[in-house]
Amino acid sequence: MSDLHVEGLVKRYGSHTALHGVDLEVGEGELVGLLGPNGAGKSTLTKIACGLVRATEGTVTVAGHPAGSRAARAAQGYLAELFRFPGWATADEVLVLHQQLTGSEKGAGERADLLGLVGLSDARERKVEEMSKGMQQRLGIAQALVGEPRLLLLDEPTSALDPAGRRTVRDLLVEVQGRGVAVMLNTHLLSEVELVCDRVVIIDHGAVVTSGRTAELVRPRGVEVETAAGRRVIEGAGRAEAPRIVAELVAAGEQVFGVQVLSSTLEDVYLDAVGERESTRSSG
Amino acid sequence: MSELLTGARIVAAHALRESLRRRVFFVVLGLTLAFGGLYAWGVHELFSDIDEFNGNGFLDAETLAGATILGLAMFGTLFLGVILAVFLTLNAVRGDAERGLLQPVIVRPLGRGAYLLGRWAAAAAVSASYVVVVFFGGVLLTKLFGGYTPDSVIVPALELAGAVAIISALALLGSIVLGTTANGVAVLMVFGAGLLVGLLGSIGDALDSGTLSDVANVASWVLPFEGLYRDALFQLVSGAVSEGGVTGALVQLGPLGGSHDNHALFPLFCVGYALVVGALALAAFRRRDL
Repeated sequence: MSDLHVEGLVKRYGSHTALHGVDLEVGEGELVGLLGPNGAGKSTLTKIACGLVRATEGTVTVAGHPAGSRAARAAQGYLAELFRFPGWATADEVLVLHQQLTGSEKGAGERADLLGLVGLSDARERKVEEMSKGMQQRLGIAQALVGEPRLLLLDEPTSALDPAGRRTVRDLLVEVQGRGVAVMLNTHLLSEVELVCDRVVIIDHGAVVTSGRTAELVRPRGVEVETAAGRRVIEGAGRAEAPRIVAELVAAGEQVFGVQVLSSTLEDVYLDAVGERESTRSSG
Repeated sequence: MSELLTGARIVAAHALRESLRRRVFFVVLGLTLAFGGLYAWGVHELFSDIDEFNGNGFLDAETLAGATILGLAMFGTLFLGVILAVFLTLNAVRGDAERGLLQPVIVRPLGRGAYLLGRWAAAAAVSASYVVVVFFGGVLLTKLFGGYTPDSVIVPALELAGAVAIISALALLGSIVLGTTANGVAVLMVFGAGLLVGLLGSIGDALDSGTLSDVANVASWVLPFEGLYRDALFQLVSGAVSEGGVTGALVQLGPLGGSHDNHALFPLFCVGYALVVGALALAAFRRRDL
């Protein structure tokens, strides 16, 4: 059973359709990156999954329970793109509140574990209003993990972080996944997805335009060879053809100084999926 | 049901803790003490002035002065209680959602009904306790500095508490559809309109205008906090009114809204009214995308 199952999801706001029949799965313990430009419908999808927004049509289940139901909400952790905790509360008090709300009875041990996980052990008694944005973001992730959720829904969790903070969150996601938690990571940052996600779903204008395992999406682009005559690219060739290409060049009397197999990056995949549609719309 | 109450208790405790930590209560306490000090001084001066006035046998000056100034204190108490109730609820849903405070809480298993109930319970408990304490303080100061005791104190205190609880429910309902500022303005205007209609009703009673009295009576049912306030005023002077005479007629006019006794089923109606407002709030909140 998948931890998040989305089938035929449609969301309309009046005459505007934000989601056009989206299908998506996040398997048990899987880390899925949700990519797309601004306004693509990523946040709407995430909010429907966690029960903040009502679907117009379609089915969404979390751990087998209808999204927004009490059982679904008990199985999920969520960090909104724009969130805030009460400035007067300490980090520990924020987690205590969420332990009460989730019914977690793990007490101080769970709080200490989560604060340690996000690198805030020393800030246990620090008030939220005295924390940097990055610290609040990490506290937000700790809060989302209270009650040992099966599914973590993260909406732009690194948007306010510096590069070091982003790295911390990436490491954190790997650690969380190691604990068996499935994660749907909604982000703009392709490098983040490329580094940590098992699978990628690219969404644009409310529809899934590409999805698949990161390694599968990245396609060979050719083999670049450096010879005395300069660099040239043999388009369409892959890794398996590199030895043959080098052998043929050497047999033809050329000196080969270097060989590089070229493959498309996730950015290429993303731009192919989103950029083509953008240009189609622009010309249309 | 137990899950609903548990969730509501957690939310209410959190809201009360926030009020304490943000020093809301200290500010309210300071302002209330200042209000009490000024009131004590006013009562002392008023009763000093009427010492030599004998009323020529047809006017009980002490009852008139005591009922009037205590009625004014009751208005002040209700006003402060309403301000407290409104500020504790005016941003409960839309305001907190816009600031990002609501989402982390509402995705938890507690449910939207428990959230609303918790926010209402916290605001109603604080503002109702406040008006009861301040009203009894006013009664005590009037007794100490003027020697006047109203005909009833328990029922008016309960009615003031009911009035602010209803205002809390209305402000909570408003917070679902209106932004923070708009909701605050709307609820205070509704409160002011209710009192104004009550005042018109007392003028209607004095001028024997059936239309004005009818408008005030209808307003008491539509905005029952106003009916509770008017009845609370009446309860203060019910003995003097039943004795009749000039004193009875004057105190019945009452300050800022006039006194008027309610239908026997009015308290039950108020409970039903609050439940309907709560049900409307829950229906609106359930339909609201956050």
